[in-house]
Amino acid sequence: MPYIFNTPEQQQEMLKTIGVDSLEALFATIPSELRLDRPLEIPPALTEMELQAHVSRLAAKNVGPTSRVCMQGGGAYDHFIPAAVDEIARRGEFYTAYTPYQAEASQGSLQTFFEFQSLICRLTGMDVSNASLYEGGTCVSEAAFMAMRVTNRHNRVVLLGSLHPEYQQVVETYLTHLNCEVVVVPCVDGAADPAAVDAAMNEETACLVIQHPNFFGTLEEAEQLTEIAHKYGALSVVSYDPISLGILKRPGDYGADIAIAEGQSLGTPLQFGGPYLGLFSCSEKFVRRMPGRLIGQTVDRNGKRCYVLNLQAREQHIRRDKATSNICSNQGLIAIRAAVYLSLLGKQGIREVAELSCQKAHYAAEQLAMVEGIELLFPERSFFKEFAVSCSEGADYLLRKARQAGFDLGPELSRFDYKNASDQFQTGVLVAITEQRTRSEIDQLVTALKA
Amino acid sequence: MRNKLATESLFALSQPGRRGAEFPAADVPERPLSELIPASALADKPTGLPEVTESDVIRHFVNLSTLNMCVDTHFYPLGSCTMKYNPKRHERLASLPGIVDLHPYQNQSDLQGMLGMLYEMQEMLAEIAGLPAVSLQPAAGAQGEFTALLTAKAYFEDRGEKRTKVLFPNSAHGTNPASAAIAGFDCVQLASSKEGLVDLEDLKAHLDDQTAVFMVTNPNTLGLFEKDIKQIAQMVHDVGGLVYIDGANMNAILGYTRPGDFGGDMMHFNVHKTFTGPHGAGGPGSGPIAVRDFLADFLPGPVIHFHPDADETDQYTLETPAKSIGRVRSFYGNIGILVRGYCYLRTLGAPGLKAVSENAVLNANYLKALLKDVLPVPNGDLCMHEFVASASKSKAANGITAMDIAKRLLDFGFHAPTVYFPLVVPEAIMVEPTETESKETLDAFAETIIKILKEDPEFLHQAPHSTIVQRPDEVVAARNPILQCCEPQ
Amino acid sequence: MDQASLKFTKTHEWVGVEGDIATVGISDFAVNQLTDLVYIELPKIGSTCEAGKVFGEVESVKAVSDLYAPVSGEIVEANEALVDDQSPLSDDPFGAGWITKVKMSNPAELDQFMNADDYKKFCESEAH
Repeated sequence: MPYIFNTPEQQQEMLKTIGVDSLEALFATIPSELRLDRPLEIPPALTEMELQAHVSRLAAKNVGPTSRVCMQGGGAYDHFIPAAVDEIARRGEFYTAYTPYQAEASQGSLQTFFEFQSLICRLTGMDVSNASLYEGGTCVSEAAFMAMRVTNRHNRVVLLGSLHPEYQQVVETYLTHLNCEVVVVPCVDGAADPAAVDAAMNEETACLVIQHPNFFGTLEEAEQLTEIAHKYGALSVVSYDPISLGILKRPGDYGADIAIAEGQSLGTPLQFGGPYLGLFSCSEKFVRRMPGRLIGQTVDRNGKRCYVLNLQAREQHIRRDKATSNICSNQGLIAIRAAVYLSLLGKQGIREVAELSCQKAHYAAEQLAMVEGIELLFPERSFFKEFAVSCSEGADYLLRKARQAGFDLGPELSRFDYKNASDQFQTGVLVAITEQRTRSEIDQLVTALKA
Repeated sequence: MRNKLATESLFALSQPGRRGAEFPAADVPERPLSELIPASALADKPTGLPEVTESDVIRHFVNLSTLNMCVDTHFYPLGSCTMKYNPKRHERLASLPGIVDLHPYQNQSDLQGMLGMLYEMQEMLAEIAGLPAVSLQPAAGAQGEFTALLTAKAYFEDRGEKRTKVLFPNSAHGTNPASAAIAGFDCVQLASSKEGLVDLEDLKAHLDDQTAVFMVTNPNTLGLFEKDIKQIAQMVHDVGGLVYIDGANMNAILGYTRPGDFGGDMMHFNVHKTFTGPHGAGGPGSGPIAVRDFLADFLPGPVIHFHPDADETDQYTLETPAKSIGRVRSFYGNIGILVRGYCYLRTLGAPGLKAVSENAVLNANYLKALLKDVLPVPNGDLCMHEFVASASKSKAANGITAMDIAKRLLDFGFHAPTVYFPLVVPEAIMVEPTETESKETLDAFAETIIKILKEDPEFLHQAPHSTIVQRPDEVVAARNPILQCCEPQ
Repeated sequence: MDQASLKFTKTHEWVGVEGDIATVGISDFAVNQLTDLVYIELPKIGSTCEAGKVFGEVESVKAVSDLYAPVSGEIVEANEALVDDQSPLSDDPFGAGWITKVKMSNPAELDQFMNADDYKKFCESEAH
């Protein structure tokens, strides 16, 4: 047994101290008729060497970026991860520690999370950030719950149809069974129509959820939509792309009440969809309605500056059924990755990554639009690093042809349900370009698609 | 030895013009940003991120990390948290190309290795649970609870029943009532018996045709196996309700008994606890659930199906169950943690898993035996993988509280046990040594506690004395919250 | 307020009556039980409260307690000073630590409450 210390002799000695005569006797409180009378049927044990060979074989059956260039998006992006991020995240002092409940033994985690909160505040222009939630989708449902508590309106939320379709599904799962109406304003041509949004809002609505840049990569009129939300006394919830804030106006600058995001882009690998990072920040006046852990600065008994878990009375271990959320574990280690990433990039680096992604994406869009049979799905719309194309031969044809040339595009829009969408959506495919992509890669893709 | 300069605030290290990362110039024809993005959307000032070098960042965070206690450096007997050793092979394997870099929207044919591994994980979890249908989607135990409760709700609604109540004992984790509330149920908290188990009379009094689910942790939060669990399950089933097993304490019973065998209809695993996730300073966790076959159609989608007769490129597929409650998160689950759990299960095999529980229970009972004269355990004779002692005796005798003992342990190089939980034991000290500790460590820990209890109470009220900070003022923190660095941007 | 003239509830709120206005606070016993209060949530002026129902809450670092309205009526005043500084709740619970004033809609609700002496006995029994 690789991870067990007790030798058979020690086991006997320990049993004697306990006062029982066998290991079996320790399980006496489990009634015999409930015992499993056979070994578990799971595959036999492997040594480290065998396990490595086995897992490597499984890994090799997947097609990864060594043979495919990733131009996929839809909420998960292939941004560059500096080596220093892995170096810090692999510190046993961080990854083998528990939640920092015991402040004296956890100042390392506590200060790091406090700085994470500070970095997110500075990135977003919001007053307060928590120490993370699960991922981008549950951030939306948590924001909706929080908006209901703040506004005392529990029966209605409005989502833009350009919100990530999986996030929409998460909100529907969490809210509809509570008899809360989830209104989706259809997205017809790549971004919300403010008049349609205004018409969907009313005085019963807890919040308006805006994604900017939206699921199609397109920019929304976030400021104007926020004003519409406020006109009805609703909160403006903005789901942003953290990288985009290197060049775009920050949610805090245009009046968002709650700013949320999928934080995977900030130094976390794609790893097939998780664990990712839920970023959640808000205005100070709502802090006691906020879900998730918060770290606060204080002083110790000698007057020395230090950090503690703060405002815990909001949380499930104290408030139980009245807690602001049922969340217990968060995404600590991924938040540490993001803190290191944002520290490394700094104000100049984040701007460069944003601008490079934006420039390259525009080049790619322009080149792809020149391929016969391919056109931009929303040519009139401004976008950041991701855009939708449609292919006259269908989405599958385009994806397959790109794959054959060594490129992964997508997701295809037909994966998701779109109400009231045009037929074009059926042939739509998203393309995301990060700072990692090169002109020669883009040119190769275009050449292959032209062939 | 401590480098205090490096652990100053990150923002205090910032100097205009310093760089920690550089990027190549654009290799595409650049256009003015104002041509690409409308002026109204563009930032008019830079973000307030700090400007530091890579070595600043490394020195800062490495020095900060050394201010933590962790499993790699210390005995960490935090009750209810299963702070076991985190094998290093997991970190290497979860970072392999072909695993760490897969995009969630890749073509299924290109993911057969990953989907095959996750399918095998579903199968192993189903076998360990004794419950056949598994969803890997929940991001944590609490989300597993919520997901299962919603699954139950959908099942009842499908049968035309509207049940409103979720019951749980007063020793339950706070997540149980919190999850039930979010799932739209009324919460009913039940009493515990004198033995620290579910009070059957109180349960009976509250069970009726409005009961949807009874949630119970087994072994419970006092470290005791609910010996009447079969009868309890029968009582719940008799009124048409379902039994949910909070799997937080699965480390005690692996291969000995299974939730499905003792009457559970649904359960979650904490992969970050039982299958050594790791804990990551608070997360990420992973909370897959297992349910009975009649609930399988309601699970969140997608789940992974296996088609043995299909071509090798199409054997594993992602499918959404017929009457699915929908998604509870984006994508498929905390895969990186599930991969580590997979590596753990494949390292141990069936005999290894049983040995884990055997030694976890042995270690807990041994430590309990060493301490029982100084720290009595109010409930139970034999415990499972953890025990809940009480400092009431020392508090009454000379004022030494559970908190004092916990804080003083830090001075001796031991992480503190969980204190003041569960709420049903006064001055609770909840100790979970786990199987990955030696007898020598347990002996030293017990001797230290015995020594502490002989120390001057006044000295203990001020403990710890050797840590970098001592008794932070939580009242000051909560009255005037400071939640971000105050350095100017 | 003169403690002897107050009425007390089993949930440890006190009520002082002047005309149809009831002043409501929480007792020194309750404050001691809660230890180190860090936050109070007051009812909104102009809102209505119902006897026996929650109208606010107080928080310490590791506990939360609901405040129950002793009487039904309309909230006409709330002690906003407590939001920034909760010390009057412990220093002067029956004076500067008052929480809210309610314009009563059913003064008969007052009849069921304990007087100061009975409340004192009630607390002694609770403490055991």
